[in-house]
Amino acid sequence: MQKITRDVLVEKAVSLLENGTVANVLGWRKGEFDYDITPAVFTDKADIEANFVWNDFCGANFSKYLVQKTRKLEGKILVFLKPCDTYSFNQLLTEHRFDREKVYAVGVSCEGMVDIDKIKAIAGDGISKIVCGEMIEVSTVYSDEVIKIDAKDVLEGRCESCKSKKHVAYDELLGEEGDVIDSNRFDEVAKLEAMTPDERFAFWQEQLSKCIRCNACRDICPACTCENCVFNNPNSGVENKAAANSFEEKMFHIIRAFHVAGRCTDCGECSRVCPQNIPLHLLNRKFIKDMDSFYGEYQAGAEVGSRAPLVNYTTEDVEPCDVFEGGNE
Amino acid sequence: MFKCSMESLNSVFAKISANAELYIPADNCDGKAVYTKWAEGVELSNQLNTVKSPKDFFFPQVEDMMAFKVEGKNIELIDIRKAQEDFVVFGVRACDVKAFEVLDNVFLVDPVDSYYAERREHGIIISVACGRPSETCFCQTFGIDAANPGGDITVWYADGNAYWQSNTEKGEKLLASLGLESCDSAAVDAEKAKIANIMKKLPLAELKADAFGGGKTMELFNRPEWKALSESCLGCGTCTFVCPTCQCYDVKEFNTGKGVVRFRCWDSCMYSDFTKCAHGNPRLSQVERFRQRFMHKLVYYPENNNGLFGCVGCGRCLAKCPISMNIVKVMKTLGGNA
Repeated sequence: MQKITRDVLVEKAVSLLENGTVANVLGWRKGEFDYDITPAVFTDKADIEANFVWNDFCGANFSKYLVQKTRKLEGKILVFLKPCDTYSFNQLLTEHRFDREKVYAVGVSCEGMVDIDKIKAIAGDGISKIVCGEMIEVSTVYSDEVIKIDAKDVLEGRCESCKSKKHVAYDELLGEEGDVIDSNRFDEVAKLEAMTPDERFAFWQEQLSKCIRCNACRDICPACTCENCVFNNPNSGVENKAAANSFEEKMFHIIRAFHVAGRCTDCGECSRVCPQNIPLHLLNRKFIKDMDSFYGEYQAGAEVGSRAPLVNYTTEDVEPCDVFEGGNE
Repeated sequence: MFKCSMESLNSVFAKISANAELYIPADNCDGKAVYTKWAEGVELSNQLNTVKSPKDFFFPQVEDMMAFKVEGKNIELIDIRKAQEDFVVFGVRACDVKAFEVLDNVFLVDPVDSYYAERREHGIIISVACGRPSETCFCQTFGIDAANPGGDITVWYADGNAYWQSNTEKGEKLLASLGLESCDSAAVDAEKAKIANIMKKLPLAELKADAFGGGKTMELFNRPEWKALSESCLGCGTCTFVCPTCQCYDVKEFNTGKGVVRFRCWDSCMYSDFTKCAHGNPRLSQVERFRQRFMHKLVYYPENNNGLFGCVGCGRCLAKCPISMNIVKVMKTLGGNA
C-alpha cells in the first residue's frame, strides 16, 4: 500500500498546471478494470481529477517517455518519478537524451508495486473490483466473498528485491525520502552462477525459447533509446523480425544485454512487460554483478554524468585474464 | 452426445494420439498455459486460455516457403514443403475457434495460401466451452457464444465429466473412434445455462460494436481521439503477436551460403518498418500505425468480409499490452458506450 495518497499527487499536478509551472502532466490514467493503468499526458484539471491514478498498480516508469515528449510537447512537463524511476531519469540525462530544462520532476515515495498475475493466482480470474490497501481486497464475478490479500505477498518481483527507496533526482519530493537498500537482488544471479554451464545453458534455452520477439522489453527499456535499432535496420545485416532458430532467439537478448551493460539501472521494466514472463532482468543483473566485482560497485543513474566502468579506462582496470574465469568452473 | 469422466480424459488423449499428433494446453515452467504435444505425463492445464493463440498451428510465426539454387544464369526453384500429417488440437476456446474463420477469409480465398490450406485440411479442432471466463473476455460483443464454441468437436466440462459432441464430418469420424459412452444432453444444457448467466456478469458484458463495421471509415478515420489513445503506445508487437486474428506477415530471403531460402514471418502494423516500400513507409507516425490496427479489425475487415469483425474478444491484448492500451479502450472512446 502506498503511504502517499492519490489526492496529494492530484493536488500537486493541478496546482503546478494552474500556476503555469508546467503545461503537461505525465501520469497514470485509470483503466477499464482497477489494475490496468495507462501512461498518459494530462493537460486539463478536470481530466486529472477524474482519471489520474496513484495506487499499487502504477509500476510504469515514465523516464523514457521524456525522450519523445520533451521533443513533441509544448511547454514544460511534470513527471512523477518513483525512486527506481529516478535512476533511469539520471541515466538518460547522462546520455543527453532529453532536455532537463523542459521537465519538472516530482519524486514520489513508493512502498512497492503489486503484480496482477500474483493476485489472480490467489483470487482467480473474473476480477470485478480491487481495492488497494495494506490488505488488497479483491472481488470476482464468481463469489460474493471479498478475498483479502496482503500486499506484501503479491509484490512485483523487482520490488521484492528493491534496491533503493531514495530518489536520486527531483525538483520536489512528495512523501518521505528513503535510503539505498542493501538488497538481495543478486541472490537470483548467484543461483544461476551456481549452476553448471550445461544447466545454465538449458535454463536460458528454455526461457528464451518462449520469446515471441514482440520487442516489448526493448521498447520499454529506458536504456534502449537508439533512434533506429540494429534489429530493425535493414542495412545493419542483423535485421531480424522473428527468431528462426534457437541461435537467433538468444542473439537478440544477449546483444541487447551487452548493449545496455553499464547503462542499465536495473529498473526491471523488461521483465515486467514480457508477455512470456522471461526473467530478462537476470541477464542485465549478471552484468551489473560482474562489473561490481571487477571494477568496484557502480550504480548506473545514481548521479548524472558518472562514467560507467566499461567506458572509463584506468590503469587499475582488471586484466582480461582475471575476468576470464567468471561464470566458468 | 458422448461422455467420459474427467479422470479418464487422459486415456482418451492416448487414443487420439495413437493416430495423430495431439496438442493440449499444458502449464509451462511459469505456470502459464501453452499448447503442448501430448505424451504420457503431460497434464491438461486448468487455465482459461493459452498465452499464445492456436493460430500458430496453421500460421506459424516463421515458415520457410521455398528455396532457390543459383548456378550461372540458371535459377532452380526447390519445393521444400513437407507433406502435412493429421493433427488434433484440443481445448480451443470459442473466441479462438471463431478466429480461424477470420483467418480463413484471408488465406483460403483466391489465391489460396497452400501452406495454410494444407494445415487447415489436416487439423482437427476440439473446442472446450468456457466454464470460468475472465474479466478480460468480451467475445459476446462479437456474437460469439462461449457456451457453444464450435470446431470439429465441442467438449463441455460438467459434474466431473467431459461431454463430447461432433459438429463436422471430420469430428464425427474421430469421435466415433474413441469408443465413449453415449448420453443425453441434460448436464450440458445446465452447463450452457450456467455459462450464459456468468457471461452476463462479466465487466465487459455491455460492450457493443454498433459504432463500428463496414462503411464507417470516414466517420472514424479522422477522429481526434486517436492521438490521445496512441500517445503512450510503445510500438512493440505484443498485441499483434498474441492476437488470434492478426495475419500480417513479411516475406524475406535468407542467404544460406549455398543458396537462398525464402521465408515468411509474422509482421506487426505497430512496427516502424511495416509495409515499408521503395518510397519509404506509408505510416510515418505511431498514431497512424495504431489507428491502422484498430481500423483494420473494426472497419476494414468487416467491410470486406460481410460484416464479420476482425476481433474475437479473447482478451489477450488486454492482459498483455505493456501499457494496458487495447481494443476495448479504443471502442469505448470512439464508440461512446462506457
